[in-house]
Parts: sequence; C-alpha cells; structure tokens
Amino acid sequence: MISERIAVEFAGISMKTPVMGASGTFGFGIEYSDFLDLDAVGAIISKGITPLPRPGNPGVRVAETPAGMLNCIGLENPGVDAFKRDILPKVHAACTTPLIVNVSAGSVEEYGQIAADLDVDGVAGLEVNISCPNVKEGGIVFGTQPEAAAAVTRSVKDNTKKPVIVKLSPNVTDITTMAKAVEAAGADAISLINTLTGMAIDITTRRPILGNITGGLSGPAIKPIALRMVWQASKAVSIPILGLGGIVTWQDAVEFMLAGASTVAVGAHNFVDPRAVETVAEGLDQYCKDQGIAHISDIVGQLEA
Amino acid sequence: MKKFVEMATIVENTAIIPEVWKMVFKAPKTAREAKAGQFVNVHRDGGQTFLRRPFGIVDADVDAGTVTIIYRLVGIGTEEMKDLRPGDVLNVEGPLGDGIFTTTPGKVLLAGGGVGLAPLIFLAKQLDHPIVLVAGKTAAETFWTEFFEPYAEEIYVTTDDGSKGIKGFAVDALPTIFSQHAIDRVSVCGPTMMMKTIAEASAKAGIDCEVSMEKRMACGIGVCLGCTFESKRDGKRYKVCTDGPVFSAKEVF
Repeated sequence: MISERIAVEFAGISMKTPVMGASGTFGFGIEYSDFLDLDAVGAIISKGITPLPRPGNPGVRVAETPAGMLNCIGLENPGVDAFKRDILPKVHAACTTPLIVNVSAGSVEEYGQIAADLDVDGVAGLEVNISCPNVKEGGIVFGTQPEAAAAVTRSVKDNTKKPVIVKLSPNVTDITTMAKAVEAAGADAISLINTLTGMAIDITTRRPILGNITGGLSGPAIKPIALRMVWQASKAVSIPILGLGGIVTWQDAVEFMLAGASTVAVGAHNFVDPRAVETVAEGLDQYCKDQGIAHISDIVGQLEA
Repeated sequence: MKKFVEMATIVENTAIIPEVWKMVFKAPKTAREAKAGQFVNVHRDGGQTFLRRPFGIVDADVDAGTVTIIYRLVGIGTEEMKDLRPGDVLNVEGPLGDGIFTTTPGKVLLAGGGVGLAPLIFLAKQLDHPIVLVAGKTAAETFWTEFFEPYAEEIYVTTDDGSKGIKGFAVDALPTIFSQHAIDRVSVCGPTMMMKTIAEASAKAGIDCEVSMEKRMACGIGVCLGCTFESKRDGKRYKVCTDGPVFSAKEVF
C-alpha cells in the first residue's frame, strides 16, 4: 500500500504519488485498468489532444531501436470536443485520479482556444505540448524559439484557471533558455523531456523505416540526456519540474528527483510493463522507508555536485 | 475480457525449418482465456530488446495449461527467443485482441501464407472440417500442411515456383476451391497483397471474407496508436491490436 510519504502537491494538483503516466504512452489511463490500480497513479497525462480530430501520420509509425523506440504517430486523436464528450466521463467513472490533459495546437490563438475549451470540471491541469517532433505545423517552432514558447504559454494561461505545465523539447541548444522563457510567461511548472528527433533506415530497401522518415526517440536510451536537462533546468528556474525520459525503475525516478524533478512520469516503458507506474511508486515508497526519508520531497534537488 | 501478464515457463522451443520455430509455454490462465484470432505480446526480460513482440496464438491446451506460437526469425527479438530453453521464463501479455475469428457453423476456407498461417491453425481446430489453402514461395514453406491435417477436410497448396501444388499465388487456387466446395466464409491471414486479392475474389464470388491484420505495434493494448488504420467502410480509425486483429475484409480493402 502506498503511504503519505510519497503524496505530493504538484503545480497545485494533489497526487497520491509523484509518478504519472506520460502523455502518449498511457492512453487515457483506462486502457491500463486491467493491469494496475488507477487510483494508485499520481496523475494520468492524456494522449495529445488537438482542436480538431487528427488521423496521424501514414505508414510505419513505431520502430524498436537500441534501448528504446522511435515513433511518428503524429498526434492521432479524436479532437477536443469528442474528448470532452466521450472520454472525460469514462475516465472519471473509472477513477478519482487527477487527469492532466496534454494539448497541442497550430497557432498561439488556437492554444488559447483549446485551453478555454478544457477549462471544465474533471480536468486537473493542462500539459502544453510545444515539442511534438512529428507534426509539421506549430509544434517544433513553439518548442525551439523562446519567444514563441512564451507566447503560447501566455495564451494558455490567459484562457484557463487550471495549472499549466509546459512540456519542453530536448531538441534545443540550451534548455535553460526555454525553461526561463516559459517561467517568465507564467507557466506553473515544466515537464521535460519530450522525445529526441531520430531516425532508422532499412538497409535492404534503402528506405527510412518510419513513414514520416524521422520520429521521436524515447526509452532508456534517452535517460542520461533527460537527467542532464532536468538538472540544468532545475538550476535555472524556480517553478517545479516533472521529469521524464527513459524511466523504467524506481531507481531511475530517484535519479530524476535528485536532479531536481519534484515529480516524474513513466513513458515508453508502459508499453513493456503495463504496471510500471504503480511499481515505480511502490519502489519510491519502500526507498523512503528503508532510507528513513520522512517524505519523498526531501530528496528533490539534493544532488551533491 | 480482462487482459493480464503471465510469467510463462518454456516447455518446448524447436525449429520446424531453420527459419521458422515453434514455441510451447506454460501459461494456464492465457490458455484458458485464448480465442482463435487473438495474440500474445511477449518479452524476454533481461534480454536485448526493449519492446514486446506480438504473435498469433496457434494453440491453447486448457488441460496442459500451455500456449503454442510459431515465429519466423526476422530480427533481434526472434533471434533471442530461439535461444530460450525449456524451463526458461517468458513474460507473456495476453490474450489480446477483441476482434476474433468467426466460429459459427458453415463450410469455411482458411487461406494463409507464411506465418500468417499460424493463427489459422487455432481456428481450424474449432471449425467443422474446414478447407485449407496453404501458400508458400517454395515447397519448403508449405510444411504448414501438417498442422492442419488433423482438422481439415481438404488442403490445397500453392507455391510461387510450382515446386509443390498449384503454381502461382494463393488467389490462383480460388476458382478450383470455389468450384469444388460450397464455401460459406473465408478467413485469411498473410501478406497484404495476398489478403487483398483473396478478399476481392471472395467478394466477387459473393462469399464473406474476414482478414487478420498484422501491423507494427508497441503496446498491443490500444495505447500507442502505432497500428491504427482508416476503415474503408466508415472512414473511422481502428486499432489492429484491440479492435482487431480480425476485421471484415470490407473494413480493410
């Protein structure tokens, strides 16, 4: 059983554990209800939702790579209206866990509009995706230019009372510039990292394996990069950080927290172990007990460097 | 049906031909729940691969508590699987897929090529003396007939090179089969072009056809959206892993 030792408040959202299911790897949570206790999940971060339905990218969308995987799903989702009508009630019928909705849009104005559309009961907060590498419009521009990231953040903040978490792209030269820009624009928290742009080639056909040619790399392969960026960002901003990128075990989660993350999320590993979000949380609880740590937040940012 | 993970013990893991292997593992819960058309998503914990690998269920023996899969060596995942020995453990998630084969009464043609034939074996066992069509590139790739012999009324074989059975593709055998048997339904699993041509020929003959799809997937439980496709029937998007893997041919082609 999970104890109060690991209960946290993150960006104003109360969570039973600091371990969430990362956007795009945890569905809407309900897909995992056969495997784990959804009420023992810190928060469910939804698949990316856009103003209109999106079919996603054609061709091969996932590929295994060393210690990880590439994906180029391209934000396939039913759109915000169908999400509110069909999915939101199902999630709340299944559990009391906070649902953070990950949102993407094609312009600053659309980001504001989707934030307003989701300023409704049952949405605990918004995670603003300014870093999807797999869609042409918007995404990556907002994620790589500090002014554009700030403009999106302001637009979302102006249109919602919910906590706003901005998800940063690792595909930048200096993560601290981006972190500071969104903090100054009013973000309540940041999450990092999204996937790194990568590719894989079939040498027999001499063609890219992915239909979109490039895709987002995730899994244990990116963990060292994610840790480094969380550590850099934590020294640059004072808003709390949700750390993710390659987390498989509770030990990985402890590393992220020592580096400065207040909370963490399990991503691609959910595909391998559908109980991962719960087992990482159980591991953190046991770790606190074994080490005599009064509360998990006591280790946040305690890296001695 | 509830999905679950079962730590399975390998009972048998042997080559049928050098590139195609048969694995039997003890997974009593999976064996009890499995239905024809469903698949398991397996992982060798501690191995080189990150993701699970999906395989159609070939047989489920409720009494012995075992599940059988047949796999072709195509990459690091399957190469690793072939090194498993009896007693070793495989992490098995399943049985997956809500879209399963139809098992209602009738004279059914089971048509398949390559490892696509694997899930049809499980279906053959549950039907009343189906007609079977085994398509292979060469005679060596038609060993599948032995798996169908206990259940089939008649087995037809095609090979691309004519080294066994009818020379040609699977679809080339359909005129003969349709003229010799009153087929009520066709269930097919194999390469896309094979499924498409058989679906079209069946439609032309006025016979219902269902296809078992294969697409790259990461999760197998409807989350990653790696395996979705747009339905030809209603334009909506369906997931091969949870809505399928078996669909009406009208949905796909």
